[in-house]
Amino acid sequence: MTINTEMKVRVAKITPVADKVKRFRFERTDGQPMPVFSGGAHIIVSMRDGQVLRRNPYSLMSAPGDTSGYEISVLRVENSRGGSAFLHEKLKEGDTLVLSQPVNLFPFDHRGKKHIMMAGGIGITPFMAMMEQMELEGRAFELHYAVRTRSHGAYWKELQQRYGAHRIKIYCDAEKLFIPVDAILENQPLGTHLYVCGPAGMISGVLGKARTHGWPKENLHSEEFLAPPPGKAFQVKLARANRTIDVASHQSILEAVEAAGIDAPYLCRGGACGQCETAVVSCDGELEHNDHFLEPDEKASGKKIMICVSRIKGNAVTLDL
Amino acid sequence: MLVAGIKSRPVYGGLSVDPNARRHLFALEGEGALALTEEAARSGADFLKNADILYVASGSRAADHDKALTALGADTFWLSPTVPVLLNRLNVMLGQAKMGTRLYVAVTEGFIGQAMQVALNHGIDHASIRCEHRGSAARRVQCVHCKGVTDNVTTSPYVCTHCGLSLLVRDHYSRRIGAFQGVNIDAEEPGTAPQPEELFP
Repeated sequence: MTINTEMKVRVAKITPVADKVKRFRFERTDGQPMPVFSGGAHIIVSMRDGQVLRRNPYSLMSAPGDTSGYEISVLRVENSRGGSAFLHEKLKEGDTLVLSQPVNLFPFDHRGKKHIMMAGGIGITPFMAMMEQMELEGRAFELHYAVRTRSHGAYWKELQQRYGAHRIKIYCDAEKLFIPVDAILENQPLGTHLYVCGPAGMISGVLGKARTHGWPKENLHSEEFLAPPPGKAFQVKLARANRTIDVASHQSILEAVEAAGIDAPYLCRGGACGQCETAVVSCDGELEHNDHFLEPDEKASGKKIMICVSRIKGNAVTLDL
Repeated sequence: MLVAGIKSRPVYGGLSVDPNARRHLFALEGEGALALTEEAARSGADFLKNADILYVASGSRAADHDKALTALGADTFWLSPTVPVLLNRLNVMLGQAKMGTRLYVAVTEGFIGQAMQVALNHGIDHASIRCEHRGSAARRVQCVHCKGVTDNVTTSPYVCTHCGLSLLVRDHYSRRIGAFQGVNIDAEEPGTAPQPEELFP
């Protein structure tokens, strides 16, 4: 629910891009234009995989002003919960899917004088759309892009051709080249903003360094969508709906609630946006907070849970749903 | 008479030094000098090695705060004759500053608002500027009718120094203009404005 203006789309093209990375192009089945979005936005892709309905967030990487279709790039992850495996191995050109409207939790700050982006691996995708927009608007930017090997890295050649090697810097693990974070942070004009997208360790490492270099938190931006981590099965009691639902070990609370036919609010499904914040009435067990949204004291209070990624270790939790 | 409870009313967090900043830039007016000398006494004076102080005495010239600031031994100290001259120098310094520079501003709201205007134009987020307000509660107010700005307004209503209307001072604040908003109080029946109250002494 939350936004029920979903768009039915056809898979117009599937393109292998790099090792384990494929690009998917979606066009509307009704021939209508896609909404214009802003660089950094994501969509929720709803996939009907046999009996299971999967809904995953993916950053849009196509040009924000291009209304003919949307493109995403997906990494086939090793321990896929099903989403990336479905997209890579089952989805075919011509199949239909449902997309949400675009939502932007990772926009660039238009007041900034300069924009520095740091991407790790598939974290490149939101920056593809951001750079399109920044180039169009004539903004100063540079991208520092870390890849494991040149063949693992998606789009780096195209990006260097388009924006020039002076703005697109590639660092390859296999060649023992790493983003010189300290040197970059040390010498930037006032009003510079920093954006990081990649693995959790990279984000916390870079943002931590930026803080020690005296960058104010208002100039630091990051995005990481979490997959709900698995755990032991437990029960959720819904106080308002007066229902008890089983949450399986590979399911999130949100997914279990939806599978039972109950609408719960959500936006990003990745622990980032705060839309699915739910009040905990009581908990027979221990809350396992996995989100980026709640503050540490809110997590410690035991009164709130983000049902898209967090779960409990124990028997049952009663939620205000 | 005051229209309060408006969210845009700024709240100033106080002048605490960011230990991570590589450079500290202080824009201080009048008793704002005390905000810095007290912070130096509280947090140790180490940060002053990398500090630039711009100071204008304004109304507290007699208190010789500039001597106390000079005695701090900051990297640079510069005494400005007037607020506009200080703001001009601040603008030039911010234009050459690097990330890792933290800006601190004190002391009257009118001065804080004007220094912030300068800083915002350099792409600094207002929330990352550390401000301290003490002393007079006098306000810088914009007449929403003629757009004239009047400094050091202590009463509400007050008579616009530009167009002569009686203006009610609201808590509605504009960061872009660096001023509170004043709205005509006796538009229906000119001449019936209530007596001014000294609300911002």
